[in-house]
Amino acid sequence: MAIKRRSGALILRVDPVLCDGFGHCHELAPDLVTMDEWGYPIIVQDPSALVDPARAKSARLAVRGCPRQALHLERLNESSARQ
Amino acid sequence: MMHADQLPRLLSGAPGVPRSLAEHEAAFSVHSQVPSPLDELEVSGLNGRGGAGFPTARKARLLRAQPGHHKVVVINAMEGEPASHKDASLLATNPHLVLEGAEVLASIISARRVIVAVARNNTAVIAHVTRAVRERERHGRRGPSVDVETPPWRYVAGEESALVHWLNDHKSLPQYRPQRPSVLDVAGHAVLVENAETCAHVALIGRYGAPWYRGLGTDLSPGSTLVSLTGAVERPAVIEVALGTPLRTVLALGGADPNPQALLFGGYGGTWIPGHDLELLYDNESLAPYGASVGAGVLCVLGRSGCGVQETERVVKWMANESARQCGPCAFGLPALGSDLGELSVGSRDAKVALERLAERCGVIVGRGACHHPDGVVRLVRSSLRVFQEDFAAHARGDVCDGSLSRRHFLSVPRLEHEEELVWQ
Repeated sequence: MAIKRRSGALILRVDPVLCDGFGHCHELAPDLVTMDEWGYPIIVQDPSALVDPARAKSARLAVRGCPRQALHLERLNESSARQ
Repeated sequence: MMHADQLPRLLSGAPGVPRSLAEHEAAFSVHSQVPSPLDELEVSGLNGRGGAGFPTARKARLLRAQPGHHKVVVINAMEGEPASHKDASLLATNPHLVLEGAEVLASIISARRVIVAVARNNTAVIAHVTRAVRERERHGRRGPSVDVETPPWRYVAGEESALVHWLNDHKSLPQYRPQRPSVLDVAGHAVLVENAETCAHVALIGRYGAPWYRGLGTDLSPGSTLVSLTGAVERPAVIEVALGTPLRTVLALGGADPNPQALLFGGYGGTWIPGHDLELLYDNESLAPYGASVGAGVLCVLGRSGCGVQETERVVKWMANESARQCGPCAFGLPALGSDLGELSVGSRDAKVALERLAERCGVIVGRGACHHPDGVVRLVRSSLRVFQEDFAAHARGDVCDGSLSRRHFLSVPRLEHEEELVWQ
Protein backbone atom coordinates (compact mmCIF):
# COMPACT_ATOMS: atom_id res chain seq x y z
CA MET A 1 0.00 0.00 0.00
CA ALA A 2 1.40 3.34 -1.00
CA ILE A 3 1.60 5.97 1.67
CA LYS A 4 0.86 9.38 0.32
CA ARG A 5 3.45 11.78 1.60
CA ARG A 6 1.92 15.09 2.51
CA SER A 7 3.90 18.16 1.63
CA GLY A 8 3.93 21.59 3.19
CA ALA A 9 5.42 22.92 6.41
CA LEU A 10 3.75 22.39 9.77
CA ILE A 11 2.67 25.23 11.98
CA LEU A 12 1.37 25.27 15.53
CA ARG A 13 -1.95 27.04 15.98
CA VAL A 14 -4.16 27.90 18.93
CA ASP A 15 -7.93 28.13 18.96
CA PRO A 16 -8.29 31.43 20.87
CA VAL A 17 -11.85 30.62 21.92
CA LEU A 18 -10.88 27.36 23.61
CA CYS A 19 -7.67 28.72 25.12
CA ASP A 20 -7.99 29.75 28.76
CA GLY A 21 -4.37 30.67 29.28
CA PHE A 22 -3.27 27.69 31.39
CA GLY A 23 0.25 28.20 30.05
CA HIS A 24 1.21 24.53 29.69
CA CYS A 25 2.21 25.11 26.06
CA HIS A 26 4.78 27.68 27.10
CA GLU A 27 6.24 25.22 29.62
CA LEU A 28 6.35 22.38 27.09
CA ALA A 29 7.52 24.35 24.05
CA PRO A 30 9.24 27.50 25.27
CA ASP A 31 10.98 27.98 21.90
CA LEU A 32 7.67 28.05 20.07
CA VAL A 33 5.31 29.70 22.52
CA THR A 34 5.80 32.88 24.51
CA MET A 35 3.27 34.53 26.79
CA ASP A 36 1.63 37.91 26.59
CA GLU A 37 1.15 40.01 29.74
CA TRP A 38 -2.23 38.38 30.37
CA GLY A 39 -0.86 34.83 30.19
CA TYR A 40 -2.14 33.91 26.74
CA PRO A 41 0.15 32.20 24.26
CA ILE A 42 1.88 33.96 21.39
CA ILE A 43 2.97 31.34 18.88
CA VAL A 44 6.00 31.71 16.64
CA GLN A 45 4.54 32.28 13.19
CA ASP A 46 7.61 31.17 11.25
CA PRO A 47 6.81 27.81 9.58
CA SER A 48 10.51 26.88 9.45
CA ALA A 49 10.52 26.74 13.27
CA LEU A 50 9.08 23.23 13.19
CA VAL A 51 11.65 21.82 10.75
CA ASP A 52 13.94 21.10 13.68
CA PRO A 53 12.90 17.63 14.99
CA ALA A 54 13.40 18.59 18.62
CA ARG A 55 11.08 21.54 18.24
CA ALA A 56 8.57 19.50 16.30
CA LYS A 57 8.56 17.08 19.21
CA SER A 58 8.01 19.84 21.74
CA ALA A 59 5.17 21.15 19.58
CA ARG A 60 3.49 17.74 19.70
CA LEU A 61 3.98 17.64 23.46
CA ALA A 62 2.34 21.05 23.73
CA VAL A 63 -0.60 19.89 21.63
CA ARG A 64 -1.06 16.84 23.84
CA GLY A 65 -0.42 18.74 27.05
CA CYS A 66 -3.05 21.45 26.59
CA PRO A 67 -5.81 20.95 29.19
CA ARG A 68 -8.27 22.74 26.92
CA GLN A 69 -7.12 20.92 23.78
CA ALA A 70 -6.82 24.32 22.16
CA LEU A 71 -3.64 23.62 20.21
CA HIS A 72 -3.29 21.85 16.91
CA LEU A 73 -0.68 21.32 14.24
CA GLU A 74 -1.67 22.51 10.84
CA ARG A 75 -0.06 21.76 7.52
CA LEU A 76 0.47 24.88 5.51
CA ASN A 77 -0.66 24.71 1.93
CA GLU A 78 -2.47 27.07 -0.36
CA SER A 79 -5.96 26.25 0.81
CA SER A 80 -5.22 26.81 4.48
CA ALA A 81 -3.22 30.00 4.09
CA ARG A 82 -4.82 32.54 6.38
CA GLN A 83 -6.29 35.55 4.69
CA MET B 1 -36.08 52.11 -16.59
CA MET B 2 -33.58 53.92 -14.46
CA HIS B 3 -30.77 55.77 -16.24
CA ALA B 4 -27.26 54.50 -15.58
CA ASP B 5 -25.98 57.86 -14.42
CA GLN B 6 -28.97 58.57 -12.19
CA LEU B 7 -28.44 59.05 -8.47
CA PRO B 8 -29.76 57.93 -6.08
CA ARG B 9 -30.21 54.38 -7.21
CA LEU B 10 -30.83 52.47 -4.00
CA LEU B 11 -32.34 55.37 -2.10
CA SER B 12 -34.64 56.56 -4.87
CA GLY B 13 -38.14 57.24 -3.57
CA ALA B 14 -39.34 58.98 -0.44
CA PRO B 15 -36.94 58.43 2.47
CA GLY B 16 -38.52 56.49 5.30
CA VAL B 17 -41.61 55.62 3.26
CA PRO B 18 -41.15 52.01 2.12
CA ARG B 19 -42.21 51.39 -1.45
CA SER B 20 -44.92 48.81 -1.93
CA LEU B 21 -44.36 45.95 -4.35
CA ALA B 22 -46.38 47.72 -7.05
CA GLU B 23 -44.44 50.95 -6.56
CA HIS B 24 -41.22 48.96 -6.61
CA GLU B 25 -42.08 47.32 -9.92
CA ALA B 26 -43.06 50.68 -11.40
CA ALA B 27 -39.93 52.45 -10.20
CA PHE B 28 -37.53 49.75 -11.34
CA SER B 29 -39.39 48.69 -14.46
CA VAL B 30 -37.48 46.53 -16.87
CA HIS B 31 -38.10 45.06 -20.31
CA SER B 32 -36.26 41.79 -19.86
CA GLN B 33 -34.28 40.23 -17.03
CA VAL B 34 -30.60 39.54 -17.68
CA PRO B 35 -30.00 35.97 -18.95
CA SER B 36 -27.27 34.99 -16.46
CA PRO B 37 -27.21 36.98 -13.23
CA LEU B 38 -23.97 35.33 -12.07
CA ASP B 39 -22.08 36.41 -15.21
CA GLU B 40 -23.49 39.90 -14.86
CA LEU B 41 -22.36 39.99 -11.22
CA GLU B 42 -18.88 38.94 -12.30
CA VAL B 43 -18.65 41.67 -14.96
CA SER B 44 -20.25 44.28 -12.70
CA GLY B 45 -17.31 44.07 -10.28
CA LEU B 46 -19.66 44.41 -7.31
CA ASN B 47 -17.92 44.05 -3.94
CA GLY B 48 -19.69 43.28 -0.66
CA ARG B 49 -20.80 46.34 1.30
CA GLY B 50 -20.69 44.85 4.78
CA GLY B 51 -17.11 45.93 5.45
CA ALA B 52 -14.79 43.27 4.06
CA GLY B 53 -15.45 44.17 0.42
CA PHE B 54 -15.19 40.61 -0.88
CA PRO B 55 -16.19 40.21 -4.55
CA THR B 56 -19.85 39.18 -4.56
CA ALA B 57 -19.57 36.99 -7.65
CA ARG B 58 -16.66 35.02 -6.20
CA LYS B 59 -18.56 34.35 -2.98
CA ALA B 60 -21.64 33.32 -4.95
CA ARG B 61 -19.54 30.89 -7.04
CA LEU B 62 -18.05 29.37 -3.89
CA LEU B 63 -21.55 28.74 -2.51
CA ARG B 64 -22.90 27.55 -5.84
CA ALA B 65 -20.23 24.84 -5.84
CA GLN B 66 -21.41 23.57 -2.44
CA PRO B 67 -23.57 20.44 -2.46
CA GLY B 68 -27.06 20.39 -0.97
CA HIS B 69 -30.63 21.23 -1.87
CA HIS B 70 -31.44 23.37 1.16
CA LYS B 71 -28.85 26.11 0.99
CA VAL B 72 -29.63 29.42 2.67
CA VAL B 73 -29.11 33.08 1.81
CA VAL B 74 -28.84 35.41 4.80
CA ILE B 75 -29.44 39.13 4.35
CA ASN B 76 -27.26 40.78 6.94
CA ALA B 77 -28.95 43.98 8.10
CA MET B 78 -27.54 43.80 11.64
CA GLU B 79 -25.70 47.09 11.29
CA GLY B 80 -23.58 46.80 14.42
CA GLU B 81 -21.62 49.97 13.72
CA PRO B 82 -23.11 52.67 15.99
CA ALA B 83 -22.48 55.32 13.29
CA SER B 84 -23.98 53.27 10.47
CA HIS B 85 -27.59 53.74 9.39
CA LYS B 86 -27.41 52.78 5.75
CA ASP B 87 -29.11 49.38 5.91
CA ALA B 88 -31.94 50.82 8.00
CA SER B 89 -32.40 53.70 5.54
CA LEU B 90 -32.34 51.32 2.59
CA LEU B 91 -34.89 48.94 4.12
CA ALA B 92 -37.10 51.88 5.09
CA THR B 93 -37.12 53.07 1.47
CA ASN B 94 -36.72 50.12 -0.89
CA PRO B 95 -37.24 46.89 1.11
CA HIS B 96 -38.27 44.97 -2.02
CA LEU B 97 -34.98 45.77 -3.70
CA VAL B 98 -33.12 44.03 -0.87
CA LEU B 99 -35.46 41.02 -0.83
CA GLU B 100 -35.31 40.72 -4.60
CA GLY B 101 -31.50 40.76 -4.55
CA ALA B 102 -31.50 37.92 -2.05
CA GLU B 103 -33.87 35.98 -4.31
CA VAL B 104 -31.49 36.49 -7.24
CA LEU B 105 -28.61 35.19 -5.11
CA ALA B 106 -30.78 32.27 -3.97
CA SER B 107 -31.46 31.31 -7.57
CA ILE B 108 -27.75 31.56 -8.41
CA ILE B 109 -26.65 29.21 -5.62
CA SER B 110 -29.94 27.26 -5.70
CA ALA B 111 -30.95 28.09 -2.15
CA ARG B 112 -34.43 27.31 -0.85
CA ARG B 113 -34.50 29.74 2.00
CA VAL B 114 -33.78 33.40 2.69
CA ILE B 115 -33.29 34.78 6.20
CA VAL B 116 -33.34 38.51 6.88
CA ALA B 117 -31.37 39.33 10.04
CA VAL B 118 -32.27 42.66 11.66
CA ALA B 119 -31.11 43.67 15.13
CA ARG B 120 -33.85 43.27 17.73
CA ASN B 121 -33.92 46.91 18.85
CA ASN B 122 -34.47 48.13 15.30
CA THR B 123 -38.24 47.72 15.52
CA ALA B 124 -39.11 50.13 12.69
CA VAL B 125 -36.94 48.22 10.24
CA ILE B 126 -38.31 44.88 11.43
CA ALA B 127 -41.81 46.19 10.72
CA HIS B 128 -40.87 47.40 7.21
CA VAL B 129 -39.19 44.10 6.34
CA THR B 130 -41.99 41.97 7.75
CA ARG B 131 -44.58 43.97 5.82
CA ALA B 132 -42.60 43.61 2.58
CA VAL B 133 -42.18 39.86 3.09
CA ARG B 134 -45.94 39.41 3.71
CA GLU B 135 -46.70 41.49 0.63
CA ARG B 136 -44.52 39.27 -1.56
CA GLU B 137 -46.23 36.18 -0.13
CA ARG B 138 -49.69 37.65 -0.83
CA HIS B 139 -48.73 38.29 -4.42
CA GLY B 140 -47.84 34.63 -4.75
CA ARG B 141 -44.18 35.19 -5.57
CA ARG B 142 -42.47 31.93 -6.40
CA GLY B 143 -39.04 31.36 -5.02
CA PRO B 144 -37.38 30.78 -1.67
CA SER B 145 -39.22 31.09 1.64
CA VAL B 146 -38.31 34.25 3.54
CA ASP B 147 -38.02 34.53 7.33
CA VAL B 148 -37.12 37.48 9.52
CA GLU B 149 -34.78 36.80 12.44
CA THR B 150 -33.93 39.28 15.18
CA PRO B 151 -30.66 38.69 17.03
CA PRO B 152 -29.63 41.12 19.79
CA TRP B 153 -27.81 44.28 18.75
CA ARG B 154 -24.14 43.89 19.56
CA TYR B 155 -21.14 45.20 17.66
CA VAL B 156 -19.91 41.71 16.76
CA ALA B 157 -23.37 40.17 16.31
CA GLY B 158 -23.32 41.10 12.62
CA GLU B 159 -19.98 39.41 12.07
CA GLU B 160 -20.70 36.58 9.67
CA SER B 161 -19.79 33.68 11.96
CA ALA B 162 -21.47 35.27 15.00
CA LEU B 163 -24.65 35.80 13.01
CA VAL B 164 -24.67 32.21 11.77
CA HIS B 165 -23.91 31.03 15.32
CA TRP B 166 -26.98 32.92 16.52
CA LEU B 167 -29.15 31.42 13.77
CA ASN B 168 -28.03 27.96 14.87
CA ASP B 169 -27.77 28.30 18.66
CA HIS B 170 -29.11 31.73 19.58
CA LYS B 171 -25.68 32.92 20.70
CA SER B 172 -24.17 35.94 18.97
CA LEU B 173 -20.59 34.79 19.46
CA PRO B 174 -18.01 34.72 16.66
CA GLN B 175 -16.60 31.31 15.79
CA TYR B 176 -12.97 30.35 15.29
CA ARG B 177 -12.34 29.57 11.62
CA PRO B 178 -8.73 28.67 10.91
CA GLN B 179 -9.42 28.00 7.24
CA ARG B 180 -10.57 30.90 5.11
CA PRO B 181 -12.55 31.43 3.03
CA SER B 182 -14.73 28.95 4.83
CA VAL B 183 -18.31 27.95 4.20
CA LEU B 184 -20.61 28.37 7.17
CA ASP B 185 -23.81 26.40 7.63
CA VAL B 186 -27.24 26.80 9.18
CA ALA B 187 -28.43 23.42 10.51
CA GLY B 188 -26.01 21.69 8.15
CA HIS B 189 -26.97 23.69 5.05
CA ALA B 190 -24.38 25.90 3.39
CA VAL B 191 -25.13 29.57 3.86
CA LEU B 192 -24.33 32.70 1.86
CA VAL B 193 -24.29 35.82 4.04
CA GLU B 194 -24.58 39.13 2.21
CA ASN B 195 -25.04 42.64 3.49
CA ALA B 196 -28.44 44.26 2.78
CA GLU B 197 -26.93 46.95 0.55
CA THR B 198 -25.06 44.32 -1.45
CA CYS B 199 -28.36 42.50 -2.05
CA ALA B 200 -29.98 45.70 -3.33
CA HIS B 201 -27.16 46.19 -5.83
CA VAL B 202 -27.55 42.56 -6.92
CA ALA B 203 -31.24 43.20 -7.62
CA LEU B 204 -30.45 46.19 -9.82
CA ILE B 205 -27.71 44.29 -11.67
CA GLY B 206 -30.22 41.47 -12.18
CA ARG B 207 -32.65 43.96 -13.73
CA TYR B 208 -30.39 46.29 -15.70
CA GLY B 209 -27.15 44.36 -16.17
CA ALA B 210 -23.47 44.98 -15.51
CA PRO B 211 -22.82 47.80 -18.06
CA TRP B 212 -25.62 49.78 -16.42
CA TYR B 213 -24.10 49.21 -12.97
CA ARG B 214 -20.70 50.35 -14.22
CA GLY B 215 -22.27 53.56 -15.55
CA LEU B 216 -21.30 55.15 -12.23
CA GLY B 217 -18.06 54.92 -10.27
CA THR B 218 -14.53 54.14 -11.39
CA ASP B 219 -13.08 51.23 -13.32
CA LEU B 220 -11.77 49.50 -10.19
CA SER B 221 -14.61 50.62 -7.90
CA PRO B 222 -17.71 50.68 -10.07
CA GLY B 223 -21.22 51.63 -9.03
CA SER B 224 -22.74 53.71 -6.27
CA THR B 225 -22.51 53.23 -2.53
CA LEU B 226 -24.28 54.29 0.64
CA VAL B 227 -22.42 56.49 3.11
CA SER B 228 -23.46 57.11 6.73
CA LEU B 229 -22.10 60.57 7.33
CA THR B 230 -21.85 61.67 10.99
CA GLY B 231 -19.77 63.82 13.32
CA ALA B 232 -19.13 67.48 12.50
CA VAL B 233 -22.06 67.45 10.11
CA GLU B 234 -25.08 69.71 9.87
CA ARG B 235 -27.41 66.88 8.97
CA PRO B 236 -26.14 63.43 9.89
CA ALA B 237 -27.52 61.45 7.00
CA VAL B 238 -27.21 58.46 4.76
CA ILE B 239 -26.29 59.59 1.27
CA GLU B 240 -25.71 57.67 -1.92
CA VAL B 241 -22.70 58.65 -3.98
CA ALA B 242 -20.83 57.23 -6.95
CA LEU B 243 -17.64 55.50 -5.84
CA GLY B 244 -14.72 57.73 -6.77
CA THR B 245 -16.50 60.95 -5.75
CA PRO B 246 -14.08 63.55 -4.29
CA LEU B 247 -14.27 63.67 -0.48
CA ARG B 248 -15.00 67.39 -0.64
CA THR B 249 -18.18 66.64 -2.59
CA VAL B 250 -19.20 63.81 -0.26
CA LEU B 251 -18.78 66.08 2.77
CA ALA B 252 -20.67 68.94 1.10
CA LEU B 253 -23.62 66.65 0.33
CA GLY B 254 -24.11 66.07 4.06
CA GLY B 255 -23.38 69.66 5.05
CA ALA B 256 -20.20 68.60 6.82
CA ASP B 257 -17.48 70.87 8.18
CA PRO B 258 -15.54 71.86 4.99
CA ASN B 259 -12.33 72.16 7.00
CA PRO B 260 -12.27 69.07 9.25
CA GLN B 261 -9.45 68.02 11.54
CA ALA B 262 -9.63 64.36 10.55
CA LEU B 263 -11.93 61.78 9.00
CA LEU B 264 -12.69 58.29 10.26
CA PHE B 265 -13.37 55.75 7.52
CA GLY B 266 -14.91 52.32 7.77
CA GLY B 267 -16.47 52.57 11.22
CA TYR B 268 -15.26 52.10 14.79
CA GLY B 269 -12.80 49.44 13.74
CA GLY B 270 -11.68 51.71 10.93
CA THR B 271 -8.95 54.17 10.05
CA TRP B 272 -8.37 57.85 10.77
CA ILE B 273 -6.97 59.97 7.97
CA PRO B 274 -5.93 63.63 8.24
CA GLY B 275 -8.58 66.14 7.18
CA HIS B 276 -6.48 68.19 4.77
CA ASP B 277 -6.56 65.98 1.66
CA LEU B 278 -10.14 66.48 0.53
CA GLU B 279 -9.32 66.08 -3.18
CA LEU B 280 -8.93 62.38 -2.38
CA LEU B 281 -11.55 60.17 -3.99
CA TYR B 282 -14.02 58.09 -2.02
CA ASP B 283 -12.96 54.59 -3.10
CA ASN B 284 -10.67 51.86 -1.78
CA GLU B 285 -7.88 52.50 -4.30
CA SER B 286 -7.57 56.14 -3.29
CA LEU B 287 -7.83 55.46 0.45
CA ALA B 288 -5.32 52.57 0.40
CA PRO B 289 -2.20 54.78 0.79
CA TYR B 290 -3.67 55.85 4.15
CA GLY B 291 -4.35 52.25 5.08
CA ALA B 292 -8.06 53.03 4.95
CA SER B 293 -10.99 51.56 3.05
CA VAL B 294 -14.62 52.54 2.66
CA GLY B 295 -15.56 49.45 4.72
CA ALA B 296 -19.25 49.47 5.54
CA GLY B 297 -19.60 53.08 4.41
CA VAL B 298 -19.22 54.88 7.73
CA LEU B 299 -17.61 58.31 7.49
CA CYS B 300 -17.19 60.29 10.71
CA VAL B 301 -16.01 63.88 10.58
CA LEU B 302 -13.87 65.24 13.42
CA GLY B 303 -14.18 69.00 13.74
CA ARG B 304 -11.27 71.32 14.55
CA SER B 305 -12.48 71.80 18.11
CA GLY B 306 -12.34 68.07 18.92
CA CYS B 307 -9.54 65.97 20.37
CA GLY B 308 -8.48 62.90 18.40
CA VAL B 309 -6.93 61.28 21.47
CA GLN B 310 -10.11 61.56 23.48
CA GLU B 311 -12.40 60.48 20.63
CA THR B 312 -10.24 57.40 20.07
CA GLU B 313 -10.31 56.65 23.80
CA ARG B 314 -14.11 56.79 23.91
CA VAL B 315 -14.49 54.54 20.88
CA VAL B 316 -11.87 52.02 22.06
CA LYS B 317 -13.41 51.76 25.53
CA TRP B 318 -16.79 51.05 24.00
CA MET B 319 -15.34 48.56 21.53
CA ALA B 320 -13.51 46.82 24.39
CA ASN B 321 -16.81 46.46 26.20
CA GLU B 322 -18.35 44.97 23.05
CA SER B 323 -15.77 42.17 22.99
CA ALA B 324 -17.49 38.80 23.24
CA ARG B 325 -14.81 37.94 25.84
CA GLN B 326 -14.10 34.59 24.24
CA CYS B 327 -10.46 35.20 23.37
CA GLY B 328 -7.91 36.33 25.96
CA PRO B 329 -6.03 38.82 23.76
CA CYS B 330 -9.31 40.60 22.97
CA ALA B 331 -10.99 40.29 26.39
CA PHE B 332 -7.91 41.62 28.24
CA GLY B 333 -6.04 43.43 25.48
CA LEU B 334 -8.75 45.85 24.37
CA PRO B 335 -9.49 47.16 27.89
CA ALA B 336 -5.71 47.58 28.31
CA LEU B 337 -5.61 49.74 25.17
CA GLY B 338 -8.57 51.69 26.54
CA SER B 339 -6.84 52.38 29.85
CA ASP B 340 -3.62 53.47 28.10
CA LEU B 341 -5.68 55.87 26.01
CA GLY B 342 -7.40 57.02 29.21
CA GLU B 343 -4.04 57.96 30.78
CA LEU B 344 -3.09 59.83 27.62
CA SER B 345 -6.43 61.53 27.26
CA VAL B 346 -6.16 63.25 30.65
CA GLY B 347 -2.38 63.64 30.40
CA SER B 348 -1.72 61.79 33.66
CA ARG B 349 1.66 61.10 35.24
CA ASP B 350 1.75 57.72 33.49
CA ALA B 351 0.88 59.14 30.09
CA LYS B 352 4.41 58.92 28.69
CA VAL B 353 4.73 55.25 29.63
CA ALA B 354 1.21 54.63 28.34
CA LEU B 355 2.11 55.99 24.91
CA GLU B 356 5.00 53.55 24.50
CA ARG B 357 2.95 50.68 25.90
CA LEU B 358 0.03 51.45 23.60
CA ALA B 359 2.01 50.88 20.39
CA GLU B 360 3.59 47.76 21.90
CA ARG B 361 0.26 46.29 22.98
CA CYS B 362 -1.21 46.87 19.53
CA GLY B 363 1.50 44.61 18.10
CA VAL B 364 0.78 41.93 20.70
CA ILE B 365 -3.00 41.87 20.22
CA VAL B 366 -3.35 42.03 16.44
CA GLY B 367 -4.39 38.82 14.66
CA ARG B 368 -4.97 36.79 17.82
CA GLY B 369 -8.75 36.75 18.07
CA ALA B 370 -11.24 34.29 16.57
CA CYS B 371 -12.77 37.18 14.63
CA HIS B 372 -11.32 40.49 13.47
CA HIS B 373 -12.82 42.59 16.28
CA PRO B 374 -9.45 43.15 18.03
CA ASP B 375 -7.75 43.79 14.67
CA GLY B 376 -10.23 46.58 13.93
CA VAL B 377 -9.52 48.24 17.27
CA VAL B 378 -5.77 47.97 16.69
CA ARG B 379 -6.22 49.51 13.23
CA LEU B 380 -8.12 52.42 14.79
CA VAL B 381 -5.50 52.97 17.51
CA ARG B 382 -2.55 52.73 15.12
CA SER B 383 -4.13 55.18 12.69
CA SER B 384 -4.86 57.57 15.56
CA LEU B 385 -1.17 57.39 16.56
CA ARG B 386 -0.23 58.45 13.01
CA VAL B 387 -2.86 61.13 12.42
CA PHE B 388 -2.83 62.68 15.90
CA GLN B 389 0.89 62.17 16.45
CA GLU B 390 1.49 65.70 17.73
CA ASP B 391 -1.55 65.60 20.01
CA PHE B 392 -0.40 62.29 21.48
CA ALA B 393 3.07 63.74 22.11
CA ALA B 394 1.54 66.78 23.82
CA HIS B 395 -0.81 64.67 25.93
CA ALA B 396 2.11 62.43 26.92
CA ARG B 397 3.90 65.52 28.26
CA GLY B 398 0.79 66.35 30.28
CA ASP B 399 0.07 69.20 27.89
CA VAL B 400 -3.61 68.48 27.31
CA CYS B 401 -5.25 70.22 24.34
CA ASP B 402 -8.27 72.53 24.57
CA GLY B 403 -10.36 70.06 22.60
CA SER B 404 -10.11 67.42 25.30
CA LEU B 405 -10.73 69.91 28.12
CA SER B 406 -13.92 71.17 26.45
CA ARG B 407 -15.08 67.56 26.17
CA ARG B 408 -16.75 68.44 22.88
CA HIS B 409 -17.47 65.10 21.24
CA PHE B 410 -18.11 64.43 17.57
CA LEU B 411 -18.40 60.65 17.54
CA SER B 412 -21.52 59.14 19.00
CA VAL B 413 -20.71 56.27 21.32
CA PRO B 414 -23.50 54.28 22.96
CA ARG B 415 -23.70 54.00 26.73
CA LEU B 416 -21.20 51.56 28.22
CA GLU B 417 -23.28 48.64 29.41
CA HIS B 418 -22.26 46.70 32.46
CA GLU B 419 -20.88 43.27 31.63
CA GLU B 420 -23.96 41.60 33.14
CA GLU B 421 -26.30 43.74 31.04
CA LEU B 422 -24.79 42.61 27.76
CA VAL B 423 -27.22 40.34 25.95
CA TRP B 424 -25.77 37.73 23.60
CA GLN B 425 -28.80 35.49 23.21
